[in-house]
This record gives sequence, structure tokens and C-alpha cells, in this order.
Amino acid sequence: MNASPNAVELAPGTHWIGALDPSLREFDIILKTANGTTYNSYCVRGDNGVAIIDTVKASHAEEFFARLEQAARYDEISTIVLNHLEPDHSGALPELMRRAPQAKLYISAKAQLMLKALVKTDDLQFNIVTTGDRVELGGRTLHFFSTPFLHWPDTQCTLVEEQGILFSGDVFGCHFCDPRLFNDKVGDFRFSFEYYYQHIMRPFREHVLEALELLEPLELKTIAPAHGPILRDAPRSYLQRYKQLAAPLLHNEVGANDKSLLVFYISSYGNTALMAQAVAEGAETEAGVRVSLYDLQASGGLPFVDLIEEADGIAIGSPTINGDAVKPVWDLLSSLAVIKVRDKLGASFGSYGWSGEAINMIEDRLRGLKLRVPVKGVRAKLIPNEEELQRCRDLGKQLAQHLTGNLQRRVISMSELLSQEQSHA
Amino acid sequence: MPKANVTFEKLGVTISVPAGTRLIEISEKVGASITYGCREGECGTCIMKIVSGMEHMSERSVLEDKVLQENMAGSSQRLACQAQVLGGDITVKA
Repeated sequence: MNASPNAVELAPGTHWIGALDPSLREFDIILKTANGTTYNSYCVRGDNGVAIIDTVKASHAEEFFARLEQAARYDEISTIVLNHLEPDHSGALPELMRRAPQAKLYISAKAQLMLKALVKTDDLQFNIVTTGDRVELGGRTLHFFSTPFLHWPDTQCTLVEEQGILFSGDVFGCHFCDPRLFNDKVGDFRFSFEYYYQHIMRPFREHVLEALELLEPLELKTIAPAHGPILRDAPRSYLQRYKQLAAPLLHNEVGANDKSLLVFYISSYGNTALMAQAVAEGAETEAGVRVSLYDLQASGGLPFVDLIEEADGIAIGSPTINGDAVKPVWDLLSSLAVIKVRDKLGASFGSYGWSGEAINMIEDRLRGLKLRVPVKGVRAKLIPNEEELQRCRDLGKQLAQHLTGNLQRRVISMSELLSQEQSHA
Repeated sequence: MPKANVTFEKLGVTISVPAGTRLIEISEKVGASITYGCREGECGTCIMKIVSGMEHMSERSVLEDKVLQENMAGSSQRLACQAQVLGGDITVKA
């Protein structure tokens, strides 16, 4: 393997000038990187100017500038494009702007505030671009595509039209460091590609599908992402793989118009389990809702997060132990960051010995995750009596009605609302 | 006392409240999934969308306007901790 800091040609006049970070083992705290990563930056030479696409993490700026200097002089740089403003791509930007003060900077509209937060100068000049905007370099045309939320609001892609090279930013990237750079030369990086999608892009799968609609019609010869191998061999297969990954993971066996409600519970003495059963029974009385019941005690390794991604609503039952919901519940709730749960229906219930704080805590967490929590949860002291079990059935029924839209719209006064609040406290 | 009807679209509930009530006071009681930070109009955490009835809302203060602009909020968005309902029917996306 050759790790010398040379600029690497992708196509005539277009070079990779990024940096290798082979010793990195953890990226952004959350991702494992078994053989490091790369910060990919590119240089595109036209007859009238040179464009730099993305930069690198500040710690790797020296390597980046060494490669850049092999591909271009600073006074030739007319254009800087940032497809994504995260510090691993914008870290060397301030120094690049200092070395090439004549260069015009091109970013997406949503990148403005991030740019101002990263580059602390008063006279910051930049140009906002969106889908359809182009910059001419002379024989090379940069064409911008707005692809927001892949995986930040600011993300965009840039195509060199004449060469069919798409600088895609983080999308189609992965953390995999191999100085051979190209997908037909490097080691087996399939795991890293899938892992990156699952941890970075998965919460934004609707945006992934929107972006694919935009990018699929393009004649692509190479996809050059901001991390990991450059995809010059069968680039379209990576679009296809993203399309598969962004589709629902589980075959939805519920009828086309039916809704899915998942009831999760964990129970020390069987009391919260009884309540869970009652919630499920209540929900099942509503036609058009498919109810599933799961014991979190058996959650180790089970793909509950995949189930929740496809569900319309979740109800979570937990006992209160030492003033808190129990760990398997928090484990489940903390696993949801990798999927989109906004606007799903949420609810909570549980048995308690002393005080029953778990229910409110779970509701607050569900709201924090932007679920709808329209029905106040049910708490029962120790063994639920028939009245409490009936309240659980009512909870299930109301949740199901919220899902089907069969709930009568209620109009209540603020004072009624306050008295309801107190009666549940 | 003049009343306003605030409908929480996703929750399917309408609350009748006295004019002058801040949206945050209603939304936290009704259990809407609006998250709160400083509650003083500075952090922008409680940005919410007004679906209809903006004409029945209090004017944006200079502070609210600044925070909304910094967060690139559209003209239909408000800070729940700052916006007061003045009367009529208002629908919010929550």
C-alpha cells in the first residue's frame, strides 16, 4: 500500500486531495471505525479556474494542503464548494480561505448559520446554491443538487457534468480507510457501507428516497463521497442499495389501511404484565388496528427498533423501581435515535409500590422524541384491581381510536384540563 | 373574559382558554410533544407551527423575531413560550 501524500487522479484534471485517518477507532463518539476513515476532498480543474470540493478535519489539514499543492496553486482556486459543514469536512476551510482569498465559496441555504458558527470572521462572503444552479470553470461545470438531511439540514451534492462525477458528501460514504481509495481496489468495505447507512442515514430515510429521485436520472460514472472508497466501479449499484436500505425493513403484513400498535412491557411480579394484556385487549376491540404484545425482559438482541420503525404507535409498560422506569425500558427508548419516530403515537402505563414516577418519565421521554402522547397513562398501585384494568382497556381503546381516526374530537376548557391533570398526579 | 379555542391538530383536542394565555401553558398541560428549553424566548427549542389563526396570536416581540430568524423559522412558526392567544380559533401542529 502506498500512503505517500500524493493527489490521486479520478479523471483528467480531477483529483482526490483528502486525508487518511487510519488510526481512528471511534467517530463522533457514536460510530466504531475498525480501520479508521478518510476525509475526502477533491480538486476540479477547468480552463478558467480550479474548484475545491470540501475540506478535511482540522487535525489533518497539513496532509490535505500537501495534496492540494500537487494539484493546483492557491491563486488558481476560483471556487470552494462545501457539500456539508460538519467539522470533519470544514475543519481546513478557514485556512484554505486565508490561502486562497479570491475563491468564491458555495454552500446550501441551510449551511449559512453553521458556516457563521464555524468561521468566525465579520466579512464572511459566500454564495447560496440549490438544485439547478451551476458554476462554470471552463470546460468543467459544477451542477448543484439540494439533498437536505443526508444527514444534516445543510447537505448537498455537486456533479461535474462533463465527467459524470458526483461529489456526494456523506451520502454513499462510509468509515473505511484504505489508501488504494477506489472501490475496485480497496478491501471488502461492504460492512462499513451498510453500518454507516444504518447509523447515519437511517433516521432520514424519507429524505434518502427524495434524494435518490433527484440523483437517479443522472449519468454517473463515479460517486465520490466525503468518507471512504470512491465508487467508480458500478456506481449505480450503490444508489440501488440505498433504495433497498431506505425501504421498510419488515414486510408489512397489516392490511393496507390497518394500523399497527405495539405494546411493550416488563414486569417484576406480573402486575404490569396484567396491565399490558388489558391495554392490548382494549386496543383489539377497535377494528383496523393490529396489536402486538412484547415482554422487554426478552429484548436482548431482538430487533424491536425495526418493529417500532414500521409501527404507528407504541405503548410502554414499566414498574417503578427506586423512583424510575427500569433499565430495559430506557435501553429501548435510547435505541430509537437511529429511526424516525416523530408523530408516532405513544403511551405509558405500569404498576408501582410507592410512587409510580415511571409513567410520567416515559411519557416525557416519548414527547422528547416527538411522539404524540394524547392519552394520559394508567398507573396502578401493586396488583391492579378491576377498575384499573378497565382503565387500561380504555387506554388501549383510545390509542387504537387515535390510530384509526375514529376518536371524536374533544373540546375541553383549560380548567377541566387542569383538574384532569391534578386527578392523575 | 374573552376566550380562544386552541386546537392541537395531531392530538385531536381543542382547548378553550382565556385570552392572553401563552401556548406553552396549554401545550404542556395537554401533553403535546413540544419540547421546552429556557422558556424565556432565547433558546428556540419550543418553535412550533401555527396551522391557522395566526391573526389571533400576539405580535412577535423583537426577541422572538430574532430567535425565529436565527433558527430559520418560517412565517407560520412561533415560540410556544412567547406567543399568546388573543381570541378566535387557532390550530397548531402538535
